[in-house]
This record gives sequence, structure tokens and C-alpha cells, in this order.
Amino acid sequence: MSNILVLPIIIPLLTAMTMIFFRRRVRLQQILAVVSLLLMTGINIFIVHRVSQQGIIVLDVGGWQAPYGISLVGDMLSALLVLVATFICLMCTLFAFGSVDNDHKVYFVYPFILLLTCGVNGSFLTGDLFNLFVFFEVMLISSYVLLSLGGKKLQLRESIKYVIINVISSTLFVIAIAYLYSITGTLSMAHLSERIAIIGQDGLLTTVSFLFLAVFGLKSGLLLFFWLPGSYSAPPPAIAALFAALLTKVGIYAIMRTFTLIFYHQPEITHTVIIIMAALTMILGALGAISHWEIKKILAYNVIVAVGFILFGVGVGSFDSLTGALFYLIHDMFAKALIFILGGAIISIFGTDKLRSISGLILFRPSLGWLFFIAALALAGVPPLSGFVGKVIILKEGITEGHLIMSVIGIATSLLVLYSVMKIFIHSFWGETLLSEGDQKATGTSSLLPGSILTALIIGMGLGAEWVLFYVQQAAEVMANPSLYVDAVFRRIN
Amino acid sequence: METFITIIAGVLFTVGTYLILNKNLLRIILGITIFSHATHLMLLSINGLKKGAAPLLGENAASYTDPVPQALILTSIVISFALTAFLLVLGYRTYVELGTDNMKQLRGNPHE
Repeated sequence: MSNILVLPIIIPLLTAMTMIFFRRRVRLQQILAVVSLLLMTGINIFIVHRVSQQGIIVLDVGGWQAPYGISLVGDMLSALLVLVATFICLMCTLFAFGSVDNDHKVYFVYPFILLLTCGVNGSFLTGDLFNLFVFFEVMLISSYVLLSLGGKKLQLRESIKYVIINVISSTLFVIAIAYLYSITGTLSMAHLSERIAIIGQDGLLTTVSFLFLAVFGLKSGLLLFFWLPGSYSAPPPAIAALFAALLTKVGIYAIMRTFTLIFYHQPEITHTVIIIMAALTMILGALGAISHWEIKKILAYNVIVAVGFILFGVGVGSFDSLTGALFYLIHDMFAKALIFILGGAIISIFGTDKLRSISGLILFRPSLGWLFFIAALALAGVPPLSGFVGKVIILKEGITEGHLIMSVIGIATSLLVLYSVMKIFIHSFWGETLLSEGDQKATGTSSLLPGSILTALIIGMGLGAEWVLFYVQQAAEVMANPSLYVDAVFRRIN
Repeated sequence: METFITIIAGVLFTVGTYLILNKNLLRIILGITIFSHATHLMLLSINGLKKGAAPLLGENAASYTDPVPQALILTSIVISFALTAFLLVLGYRTYVELGTDNMKQLRGNPHE
């Protein structure tokens, strides 16, 4: 029955391969994509349920036992993230139906979205560091193609930088894996955790952990985010929403996993560095968000602020702060997808993303306006919405653990985030309308269905926080007690 | 032998880094290729280059060659090969569309 873990990886892969044969039949591709993503969402809900009932699911691929073979491990953290990631892919695919132009559709945009899902799900589920690298590459190669698809000048210019930076950081990832293997002689995460617990984390291992931190920091936009604003504002809105909701989150997951399962023995060094990096990320991201006047740039910098905030929770490292970090991570995946979808709708209505040249949209698109308003409040963490719960848990735990300055930075940057998204709301929806009657085309309507579903989820996650926290706390428990994970992988449940 | 390969890897890392810091797009791509080759050599040397027995547990356990780095290199070579091919095509398209392969000019227009 543990074979179910392979389904979230293999279903998108097979669907994408099937879709390649039907290049010209866009409608068929759309149906296939939605059906397979719906099916995967159902399976993932079942996996989450099963993990919460019966504990961690482990699949030894090929029947090889854990330290020798590669295992897929579905603990609560992975299961929840896979569920959310698949659901967001579904929403972005729905948005892509109406917002991506026809040139993209025949050039395999849907297969590559599904391959991206395959890579993301694989990264979440794998229990082996080198396999993590391989799934990272599956995800990244799909993202390179999605970013450069269409071949506009801006896209090519940004994707060449994005590709070069990511290839170099992947090479560094292999180097880090090589060092770790030469020290410990294993790459299975559970085995690594066990061996490092026995031999102790000396200076050499801490140095290697910093190499990992640099690699995952590059991928997740923790401090090393210089590539992010440019490359997230180049692709079409649906792709940008997918990137913003998923790509950096995989890097965050990798940091969470490695620094709670493997390198957790010297938190006074590693976790302090993570917290300092998170503080700088939040400050610089917030400054970028308030200083720009283009919708895409503002939203891209908001991604960076959220990364800093989540990793502050990871850096504090207690059970409660990990709970908060995971809750906020899930909230942020929904909220980022939502705000990028709505922002993309605004851009496609006006044909530009310069805030100074758009205004008065509320007359034509009242529903879009209010959805955007709710999304903006959720991003900043205003009470009834989902961002609030995660923020409060992280900040409260940060103050209890003595990171007072960090908590002040967290609150201050939340206000700056609120200002930056409200700036978009006020400038694009209020004021004299610039659109004439003839201008109000049918553009932007495709955002309403995924937008409303995601908004409903954000409100639901805020109001039903206890119900979500039930699952999130199970995930945080495994993160706080790495031995649970190790014992499950080695089948030492007593 | 390990020392020799480590030194070679170090030299390749130096060359690769030098090329990546160039402004010319093609040289950057070449630099990335050399960089990944250096990584593969490093991977090969991490657990020693013992010559001799097959990697069977129990038989000649002292002198067997560790198969894991070789499996890792194989995967890594395939990935870097595919990425280099993609990067070359992307670089060519960028050169054709934008009319330049100078990274300084690819930074973007300050007034856009």
C-alpha cells in the first residue's frame, strides 16, 4: 500500500508524455491536464489522511532496504506540501486556459507545467539527497523552458541569467553532496541523520552545511535573491504565478528538511546564520517592494519578504516556531498564487504593469477588485485571514526565544508589504477610469474561477486554523524529533 | 592518484571560474561545462580510487571500489550534458534576438 507514494510523481510524468503526442489538440491537452491534476489532488488528500492516521509512509524503491536503496518518504511535511503544490498547479493551469496565448499552447506549455509538478512533488517526497538534486533538476529544466517559451526579448534576457545562476548553483549542490558523502559515506537522509548524530557535527560538517545553505539559499531566494525579481517578472502571468508559488518553496523545504533532520546539532552557529540571512532578506525584499512602481516587480519582491519570514521561523527552530513556519509556508503558497493570478489579470486587462498609467478598474471588474483586496490583506497577515495565524505563532515564539529585534523587523516588514500591495490596489482600482467602453474586453475573466477558489481557501484556512494546525503540528513534531523520521525509514517502530 | 585527480579538479575549477566571470556569453557556457567536469572529477576522487575487487559485500571488503560515486557521476553527467545543450540553444537564440552576446548589455535597459 505504500506504493501510493509514487503516484504523485508518476501521474504528471505519464500525462505529460501522453500530451506531447497531441500537440495541436489544445482542448484535449487541457482536459488531460485538469483530469490528472484533480486525480492527484484526490490521491494526495488520501495520503495526508493516511499519514495522519498511520504514521510516516516509506516506499523502498525497487525493494532495496533503506541505507542501500533510495526510498521515498511521505511524512506529514512532505504530504501536506505535495497536496498544496498539486492544488496550486491545478489553479494555475485553470488560469492558463484563458491567459496564455495560442503560441504557447501549441508549444507544450501544459506538458511542461505537469513536468514541473512532477519535479516539485518528487523533491518533496524523496528521502535521498542525490535524488533531491535530480528532482530539483527536473523541476528547474521545466522552469527554464516555461520561462523562455515564447522567445520575447525580455524573456530571453532574463532566462539566460536565470539558467546560468541555477546551473552554477546545481553544480555547487553536487559539490556539497560529494563532500558530505566523503565525510559520512551515505546519502540517504535518514542514514545521514543517524550517522551525524553518532559521530557528532564537527567543524567540517558545519562548513558543508553552509555550502548546502548557500545552494538552497540561491534556489529559495534567501538573501541570494538578486536573480529573482527579474526572472519572475518575465514570463506570462500564469507561469509567473506557478513560479512564485512553487519554485522558491522547494528551496525552503530543502532548508527545512536538511537543517531539522541532518544539521541540527549546532543551532547556535547554523541557525543563527539562517536568522541573520532571513532578517536581511526581509529588509531588502520589503525595500524593493515599496520602491518599485511596476506590479510584477512589487509582487516579485513580496515573494522574497515571505521567504525571509518563513526561514525566521525555521531558524528559531523550536516546535512552535516550526509549526508557525509550516503554516505560513502553506498560506504563502496559496496567497502568492492568488495575488500573482490577480495581478496577472490586471496586467492583461491594461496591457501594461506600470502603476502610474493604470487606474479605475473597480468600475469594470468589481469582483476582481475585491478579490485583490482580500489577497492583499492576507499577504500582510490581517486577522481573519490565513496569514495571521502563521505570523502570530512565529512572532510569539520569536519573542519567547529572545529574538526581539527579528520580531520587530518581521512586524515592520509586514506593514511595508501591506503598503506595497495596497499601492497596487489603490492605483489600479480607484481613481478616474482610463478604460473606454470598447476597451473592456473579455480579458482577465479567466482569473475569477481560480481566484475565487484560492480566496475561499485563504479565508477557510484563517477561520478553520485549528483544523489545519492539527495536521501542521503533526508535521512539526517529526521536524522537531528527527528520530521519528529515522525510525520510520529503517522500520524500527516499536 | 587521488592527489593528482584532486589537483586536476582544482585547476579545472579555476579555469571554469575564470571563464564564468567573463562578459562573453559563449565563454560563460564553456566555463559552466568545465566547471561541471571539475565537479565530476571531484566526485570520482571523493571516496578514493581503489583498484581491484568488485563491490560485493563480504568478498574483498577491504579493497573494493565504491560504486556510489560512479553512479552519481553518471547521473550528473547526463544532467549537465542536457543542460549544456539547452544553454547553447538558449544562448544562440538570445544572440539572434537581442543581437549581442555581451552580458553587460544583457543586463537590461535602465530606463525601461
